[in-house]
Amino acid sequence: MPEGLSAWQLVVSGDPALYAIVRLSLMVSLLAVGLGALIGLPLGGLIALVHFPGRGALIVVINAMMGLPPVVVGLLVFMLLSRAGPLGSFGLLFTPTAMVIAQAVLIAPIIAALTRQIVEDLWLEYRDELQAMGVPPLQRLATLLYDARIGLVTALLAGFGRAAAEVGAVMIVGGNIANHTRTMTTAIALETSKGDLPLAMGLGMVLIVIVLAVNASAWGLRVFAEKRIG
Amino acid sequence: MRELPLLFDSVGVSVGATTLLSDLSFTLNAGAPTLVIGPNGAGKSTLLRLAMGLIDPTRGRVTWGGHQDPAPRRRAMVFQRPVMLRRSALQNVTYALEQAGVTKETIEARAFALLAQVGLQDLAHRPARRLSGGEQQRLALARALARDPELLILDEPTASLDPAATRAVEDIIAQAAARGIKILMASHDLGQVRRLAGEVIFMSHGRLREVSAAQMFFENPKTPLAQAFLRGDIVLEN
Amino acid sequence: MALFRTIAAAAFGLALIQPSLAQDKSIVVASTTSTQDSGLFNHLLPLFKAKSGIEVKVIAQGTGQALDTARRGDADVVFVHAKSAEEKFVADGFGVRRFEVMYNDFVLIGPAADPAGIAGGKDIVAALKAVSAKQAPFVSRGDKSGTHVAELALWKEASLDPAGAKPGWYREIGQGMGAALNTAKAMGAYVLSDRGTWLSFKGKEGLAIVVEGDARLFNQYGVMLVNPERHKHVKAKEGQAFVDYLISAEGQKDIAAYRIDGQQLFFPNAAK
Repeated sequence: MPEGLSAWQLVVSGDPALYAIVRLSLMVSLLAVGLGALIGLPLGGLIALVHFPGRGALIVVINAMMGLPPVVVGLLVFMLLSRAGPLGSFGLLFTPTAMVIAQAVLIAPIIAALTRQIVEDLWLEYRDELQAMGVPPLQRLATLLYDARIGLVTALLAGFGRAAAEVGAVMIVGGNIANHTRTMTTAIALETSKGDLPLAMGLGMVLIVIVLAVNASAWGLRVFAEKRIG
Repeated sequence: MRELPLLFDSVGVSVGATTLLSDLSFTLNAGAPTLVIGPNGAGKSTLLRLAMGLIDPTRGRVTWGGHQDPAPRRRAMVFQRPVMLRRSALQNVTYALEQAGVTKETIEARAFALLAQVGLQDLAHRPARRLSGGEQQRLALARALARDPELLILDEPTASLDPAATRAVEDIIAQAAARGIKILMASHDLGQVRRLAGEVIFMSHGRLREVSAAQMFFENPKTPLAQAFLRGDIVLEN
Repeated sequence: MALFRTIAAAAFGLALIQPSLAQDKSIVVASTTSTQDSGLFNHLLPLFKAKSGIEVKVIAQGTGQALDTARRGDADVVFVHAKSAEEKFVADGFGVRRFEVMYNDFVLIGPAADPAGIAGGKDIVAALKAVSAKQAPFVSRGDKSGTHVAELALWKEASLDPAGAKPGWYREIGQGMGAALNTAKAMGAYVLSDRGTWLSFKGKEGLAIVVEGDARLFNQYGVMLVNPERHKHVKAKEGQAFVDYLISAEGQKDIAAYRIDGQQLFFPNAAK
């Protein structure tokens, strides 16, 4: 079909408009994963190792947050960052920073929950040895996180996949502004509604390739790790 | 801070309604290896974990060199199934050296020396999880020896190993004992006990039944339970 | 150590993508999806930037939402097409002053099959009555946009109230003009559209203009600076520069020059 062909042409010719959108999407999602990991990794590890009062409730909350619809997260962040809201004076609404924040809020619970599970299982295995070696508590967390690195990177890839694929949160807090906050997903939504299918399909192709690449690297990482690290 | 003498004073351990150990009293002094034997479920592992300070007694107390601080300074433990860190053999040993407080400059040299001591110097850069069962146990010993222990505790370290690996591990233990490290080890292999023990602690059903010099224990066991055990009978509490 | 480096990298990255606001002059303009979809901004904004150095970031929403965004202070200028709502906006103190900028017209779009038999008509009210009588499917924006407000006013003139009665043939979608046209195409329904979006809509097969030219289909656009006394951070100087541009002789000329397939979309009518 003609739209498919012109979509393909946009992709392989390196159409600057298309690739500017791709670049922004990747930047936003990658930074969001970074921020989400910064919060989620230590949080998950701490919950795994420290039994504080209210721990059970916190685990339930984090698990529930994993299932939050992206539009709801977008709405909450929107209300925080709007000029009418508590953090309005930073003027962050409708900027890429707001999009990073919204996606980080989406991803952090996923990373925290997966980290908790991984570290908890690993602690069961390592407990005796680490205690016998006299490892102090903070160092235990660092050792477990490092030894769990393959599983944790897979968790990060899962987070990235979720961020790259969502449209609701970034649409609401970013405003889908041309050349500024238009990502692959919001652009697809817009171009489809305008009836401009070639661009939408071109972006869709790139997005599918990215998602496939992310999953392939997760799998490849597992295989590599089995071979090299055991 | 010394770890010896290791003193158990009327030690009891209960978990909920279950009593694992009752009224254990003995003293461990420097010298030849002390082997702990007894039927399965006797409480050997629990005794060793108390001796290492991994668990606290429910009743009574455990003291090391006169102090009650359970933090391990110069004692180390090797478990039946060792857990290898996801890194190379060498890095497992350097990790243990770091935790023992060894200064950075000497760590790598000492790690290599320890690997040589246990015969693993050629496998230094192999991922530890890809070593064989016997090699992993030898690496666990290297990690334990990295702490320069006064007291080395081992919980049936060769139970899962083939004879060749068992022999290699026993050699390392014997060398450590010869260097003055006190060995406290559980075993269910009577042959091994005869090879290594200077002293024997016999337990069954959570209680200490006999403590005596190895030769005396084998030639002249005092209690009927010990006699039954040595005969190879299944030992039931009467 | 590795943790610290990750934090530093993240902060650096965040700083990179946040354009430095001190150097770049930019304003946020809340406007409507139909204006955006018509392509007018792609034509006007580069011209304005070349002249003034000011970057205009357009948030395209329904008129109601655009006014709400401006009310909250999340935009510097609001540019919509719903006169009574705009006048209320100024009266309530959220806008400084309303200026008329341009007009375009609405057209009634219908399916090729034309179930209500109104194609070629010149009377919008009669056409709507026919749609209702034949219970032909009709798609409504349903999103408080300028187009939606105009549509409701026309039904009122025809003494009908499908938005209230909600009969099965009246479908409210709560989305923008592009989505409404797509939906009408898929359902074989009638839909009221602004001419600009219709002309730039790709995928017209199966749809055509059925009624146009009625004076009641006239659609006036107004622009207002968000009141800086209400919201201190509003970029009053740059925002006013944009307002001034739109109503200036040069801006009006630029608006008239925008064409699709040779057809002019917007007719400048700022007060001289």
